[in-house]
Amino acid sequence: MGKAKKQSVQVETIDLSLAEKILDKYRGEDGCLIPVLQNIQNEYGYLQESVINVVSERLNMSLSEIMGVASFYDQFHLKPRGKHIIKVCTGKACHVKKAEGLSAKVIDRLKINANETTEDRMFTFEEVPCLGACGIAPVVVVDKDVHGTLSPDKLGDVLDGYAKSSA
Amino acid sequence: MVSGTKTKKTKTKAKSSGNGKGSVISVCLGTGGIAAGGDKVFEKFQKVIKSKKLDTATGKRVCKTAKTGCRSLCARDVLVDVTVPGRQALTYERVTADMVPQIVEEHLVNNTPVKKWLAKDSYYKFHETQQKLILGNCGAIDPENIDEYVIKGGYKALGKALKKMTAKEVIDEVSKAGLRGRGGGGFETGAKWELCAKQDADEKFIICNGDEGGPGAFSDRSIMEGDPHALLEGMVIGAYAIGATKGYIYVRAEYPLAVERLHIAIKQAKERGFLGENILRSGYSLDIVIKEGAGAFVCGESTALQFSIEGKRGMPRTMPPQSVEAGLWGKPTCVNNVETFANVPVIINRGAKWYSKIGTKKSKGTKIFSLTGNVKNDGLIEVPMGTTIRKIVFDIGGGIPKKKKFKAVQIGGPSGGCLPESYLDKPIDYESLLEAGAMMGSGSLVVADETTCMVDMARFFLDFCAKESCGKCPPCRVGTTLMLDILIRITQGEGKEEDLETLEKMSDEINTMSLCGLGQTAPNPVVSTIRYFRDEYIAHIRDKDCPAASCVALHKYTVIPDKCTKCTLCIKNCPVDAISGSKDEVAFIDKEKCTECNLCYEKCNFMAIK
Repeated sequence: MGKAKKQSVQVETIDLSLAEKILDKYRGEDGCLIPVLQNIQNEYGYLQESVINVVSERLNMSLSEIMGVASFYDQFHLKPRGKHIIKVCTGKACHVKKAEGLSAKVIDRLKINANETTEDRMFTFEEVPCLGACGIAPVVVVDKDVHGTLSPDKLGDVLDGYAKSSA
Repeated sequence: MVSGTKTKKTKTKAKSSGNGKGSVISVCLGTGGIAAGGDKVFEKFQKVIKSKKLDTATGKRVCKTAKTGCRSLCARDVLVDVTVPGRQALTYERVTADMVPQIVEEHLVNNTPVKKWLAKDSYYKFHETQQKLILGNCGAIDPENIDEYVIKGGYKALGKALKKMTAKEVIDEVSKAGLRGRGGGGFETGAKWELCAKQDADEKFIICNGDEGGPGAFSDRSIMEGDPHALLEGMVIGAYAIGATKGYIYVRAEYPLAVERLHIAIKQAKERGFLGENILRSGYSLDIVIKEGAGAFVCGESTALQFSIEGKRGMPRTMPPQSVEAGLWGKPTCVNNVETFANVPVIINRGAKWYSKIGTKKSKGTKIFSLTGNVKNDGLIEVPMGTTIRKIVFDIGGGIPKKKKFKAVQIGGPSGGCLPESYLDKPIDYESLLEAGAMMGSGSLVVADETTCMVDMARFFLDFCAKESCGKCPPCRVGTTLMLDILIRITQGEGKEEDLETLEKMSDEINTMSLCGLGQTAPNPVVSTIRYFRDEYIAHIRDKDCPAASCVALHKYTVIPDKCTKCTLCIKNCPVDAISGSKDEVAFIDKEKCTECNLCYEKCNFMAIK
């Protein structure tokens, strides 16, 4: 038990005051758990145990209840994420325009599967159901940039661009 | 004297930019436009105009840049409108940043439009064949500027409702107009409002469902991004009608631009007294708060949405009680869709009598469809209820690209069904779609051509539902997964004779026993594809063949002996030596060795390989 707990402790030190500030902002607001978790994830990149403990204390909610919510919604991540998040849309319109080739390209180029992060923590790859940009299918979103009417080759160039700019 | 001159100069400048006496360049900055490079085009226009000092020019020479929301025809982005004083606006299509200097120099400075880059006639035809009651402002106004909404008559309906009508009169007007929910259910909006208005409670809530999660739908997004005040105005009118004390707009987290523009719109509406305390001095007060979703399609279901606002897992509950009796925080709650709310100001302004003349007997008004897939004009279209699929796909949509044949149209996304060629001339409305085994849903229309496998399409939608199932009830949680397993087997050539019957039986059970709309409608794509394309299922199961040549596992490369000229090109190019033959013998592909790399098909000049 103690061993398991030790393994879950993060190596880097975390500034919990950022989480405290977010919780201050939502003090007294009913049903604020989801926006609190969203803001915390924006700040820390993902939901880490030590931060969730702070939320649990401040909101007077059990860890199981919070984890129940965090694990229900796709938006929340319980593991570290890459610097760039690649989302390949697998919605119907993109599917009809052969989006699988784009996923295959990412897997081949970055050597990771969906919901995984590269070892150098540069990229995280996700497949999402529909991004609502069907008019420019097939679509890939990297961070906040929307790339439409992509072919696997063009996607390769796009990925190179992000890797170079972050190097 | 100096100050007088200064004032005069300022007045002229304001007049130029306010009354359109200078030129205006409007760039499409909906999500589609931005993806096509709209941000860069917009910035380039600003830069070039500034470098030529056109932004500070006086009189008619001054040039202004403006943002607009979605122009609907995303396939032609980046779309830019240039309006020069005294002339009609001209649209440029597929604009890139390096085209900007020439457009500024020739069109703005020398009044000579760059003809080769102007939108083709088909662009105008696309818009003219529609009836844009709701989308009229999208693409025409700056969604971040409330003045542009007001100039177009915005918030007049709110004033009329709050000051000249009682809450009951508003409900009666919406009922007479025949407005039905545009989110999928098609429930009568007036009836819902009436039920909620009757409830006696210290708090009442009105919620806008902006959780447009179905694949292929983006009409709500475009309204929220392109004309957010239309949504706000409709919502406040609805809130007044039911006596709501607070409003929420629940928006998908995947729509950050919509969230941003709604925040701006709410702030501006409050500043002008269209929202907040004592709206337009009517005595009615309402605050609207934005809540972001967190990535769960099931939260589009109204009870799940309410739980999500409460900070809980978005798992639907049984009804009764209906939300209008006891919903959010246990209080009477009315949930309506984005497009439904956007219809309300139109009804109040134009009147129920005028509105109810549009559409069919039971489905009034217009409907916005997201037209995508194998069609030339991908984008948003708004047509009166009762328009035929043929008109939508061929007249407005421009037909199927690459001379392919129309096969079917999937309506209503994962809750809907497909309609084959025989339905091309059927009018689209709530009832006719249900009879045909489809559903209006949120209006996604995905066009399939002869290369689309209908079995795979059903598998795709079922996969979506299985992943998005909240897990609460076994019929949905287990049922969709089991059905999906069967469909995957079929698309991989491992279908069994009894699979069709099993699928039909399970569909019926899941539909009957599931707790909420997600589970109840999840089997629809399977049921409707079996209904209209049974032969395709049989081909997959019995013959291990995919007639659309789409399912990769069933790809079989064979030589058509009659067409083979024995040129041996395929034999020479096969990387695994799977093809035998010679100059005297027709080629033959060994299926055991074949890796389906497609090279032989590409190399053959005689279409002798299929």
